[in-house]
Amino acid sequence: MVTGPAPPAPVPKVSARGLGVRFHGVPALSGVDLDVAPREILGIIGPAGSGKTSFLRAINRMDEFIPGMEIEGSLSLDGRDVRRFRNLYALRRRVGVVFPLPVGLPLSVYDNVALSPRLSGVRGKDELDGIVEKCLRRAALWDEVRDRLDTLGSLLSGGQQQRLTIARALSQSPDLLLLDEFSIAVDPVTTMRIEDVLRELREEVTIILVTNLVQQARRVADRTAFFLTGEMVEVGPTEALFEGGARDPRTTDYIEGRFG
Amino acid sequence: MSTQDRPSGSPGDAAAGPPDRRDLAWYVDMGVRVLVFAGGISAIVFIFGIFVFIGKEGLGFLTGPFRPGEFFGSTAWRPTSDYPTYGILALMAGTASVTGLAMLLAVPFSLGAAIYIAEFARGRTRETLKVLVELLAAVPSVVWGFVGLTVVNPAIISVFDVPVGLGVLNSGIILGLMATPIMTTLAEDALKAVPDTYREAAEAMGASRLQVVVRVVLPAARNGLVAAVLLGVGRGFGETMAVLMASGHSINVPTSVFDSVRALTATIAAELGETADGSDHYRALFTIGILLFVVTFAINLTADLFLRGRGRR
Repeated sequence: MVTGPAPPAPVPKVSARGLGVRFHGVPALSGVDLDVAPREILGIIGPAGSGKTSFLRAINRMDEFIPGMEIEGSLSLDGRDVRRFRNLYALRRRVGVVFPLPVGLPLSVYDNVALSPRLSGVRGKDELDGIVEKCLRRAALWDEVRDRLDTLGSLLSGGQQQRLTIARALSQSPDLLLLDEFSIAVDPVTTMRIEDVLRELREEVTIILVTNLVQQARRVADRTAFFLTGEMVEVGPTEALFEGGARDPRTTDYIEGRFG
Repeated sequence: MSTQDRPSGSPGDAAAGPPDRRDLAWYVDMGVRVLVFAGGISAIVFIFGIFVFIGKEGLGFLTGPFRPGEFFGSTAWRPTSDYPTYGILALMAGTASVTGLAMLLAVPFSLGAAIYIAEFARGRTRETLKVLVELLAAVPSVVWGFVGLTVVNPAIISVFDVPVGLGVLNSGIILGLMATPIMTTLAEDALKAVPDTYREAAEAMGASRLQVVVRVVLPAARNGLVAAVLLGVGRGFGETMAVLMASGHSINVPTSVFDSVRALTATIAAELGETADGSDHYRALFTIGILLFVVTFAINLTADLFLRGRGRR
C-alpha cells in the first residue's frame, strides 16, 4: 500500500493507523493508514463494497448504533482517539454527517435545522433564527424555503431535502463534515450547487467526501483516496492522480472506467 | 370481481394452446379470489347484521317507554319496579369512571413499556418482553375479574382501611392491566413504523437516546400512538366480565374511588338472562347495547382516522 505525502499541518484532523472495520466478524475494511489535514477536502472513491462508508461510520462511532460492528486499529480526531471519547454525543456533535438518501426529519424546515442547536441548549428565538438562516444560506437553500419555513421538511423535493440535510449537519457547527454519496438522489444541477457550497465550506470545515462519481472527486477534492475491496489502494493529490500520476495501475483503471 | 383483465389466460381459450400446469394455477387463483372476497365482505355483513339485530330489538323501547330526559338524565335504573324507570346516568358514570381511571393507570405504563421495548431494549430482552406482553393480552377477562376479587380486593381493604375493596379503584386497576398489553403492542408497532434513518440522522447529530425518542420518534409516531390509546379506551369501554366482578355492581354515581359502581356492559350481562323476551326491560338493555355500539364504533373510527393520518405526515 502506498501512503500519500505527509499533510502540512502538525496535527491531522483525522488520523487512521491500521484501521479496520468488521461487521459480525466479517472484515469490511482493513489496514487503512490515512491522515486528513485540517480544512482540506478528501475525496474517497471506489466501487461498491470497498469500505468507503465503513470508514465514515468508524469516524462517527456509528458502531454504537449498528449491532455487530467492530472497529480495530487506531483512529483519532484532532489527535484524540475516537474510541476514548467517553461522551459519544460530544464526538458526534463535532462531526456532521450527510447520508446517501436525504433524511428530512418529519419536522418543519425550521425545526430540522434548529434541532441540533436546541439539543445543545440554545433557546433564544433570535439566536435560533440566526443559526437557521445562516445554515440554510450556506447550504444554498435559503432562497427556496425562506417563505415556507413552517412546511414539513419531508415534503421538500429530494434535492432540497439533501440541502436541508447539509444545513442540518452545519447547524451543529461541526469541524468535520462527512458526506456519503450525497448526490445519489440529487439532480445534476443541484449536485453542482452543493459542490460549490463544499468548496466554500473548505474555509472553515474539514470535509471527507465519499463519492461514487469519480469526476466529482476530481472537481471538488484536494486529495483523493481510492478504496478497493476493503483496502485503501492509494491516496494522493487529486490532480496528480487524475493526470496519470497514480502509482497503482488499479487506480488508473478505475479512474478511467476500465472496471468498477 | 372481474376476470376481464386477464381474458387470454382462461383455459379453453383457442389461443392458449395445449393445457398445462398453468391452467390449474388459473383455477386455484380464481378460487382463492372468491374465498378472499367472501372473507373480506363477511366482515361488513356481520357488523351490519349485528347492528340490524340490536337495532331491531332496541327499537321497541326507543318508540315506547323511552324518554330521553329520563334515560340520559336520571340515575334511577329500576326496570323491575311496579313503576319502572330506565335512567342510565349512574351506569354511564360507572363506565366512565372505571374506564377513565383505567386509562390514567394504563396509558403511562403502556407508553413507557412500548418506548422501552421499541427504543431501548435489545436482542433477547426485547423479544422476551414482546412475547410476554402479547401473552398478557391473551389472559381471559374472567381470570382478570378473579384476580380483582381475590388479590386486588383484600389489598385495597388492607392498604386503604376501607370496608369493601370492590369499586372504581379495583375495576380501574384490573381494566388498566387488561388494556396495557394491547396498548403496548399497538404503540410499539407505531414506534417501529418510524424509519430507522430518522434515528440514525438524529444520533449522528449528537442527540442522546432520550433526545432522539422525545424530539424525533414520538412526534413522528404521534398518530399511531393516539390510535393505540383510543383502541385501549375502546377495549376498556366494552369490557364486561372483569368489571362486573371487580366493580361491586351497585348502581351509584361515584364520589370517591372506593365507591361501588355498575357499568353499562355489566348491566346487560347480569340482567339479560332474567328478562322476559320482548319486555320493556329486555328492550331497554338492547338500547344500552346500541349506545355501546355507537360509542365503540366512534372510538374505533377516530383511531382509524389517526392511523390513516400517519402516512400523510
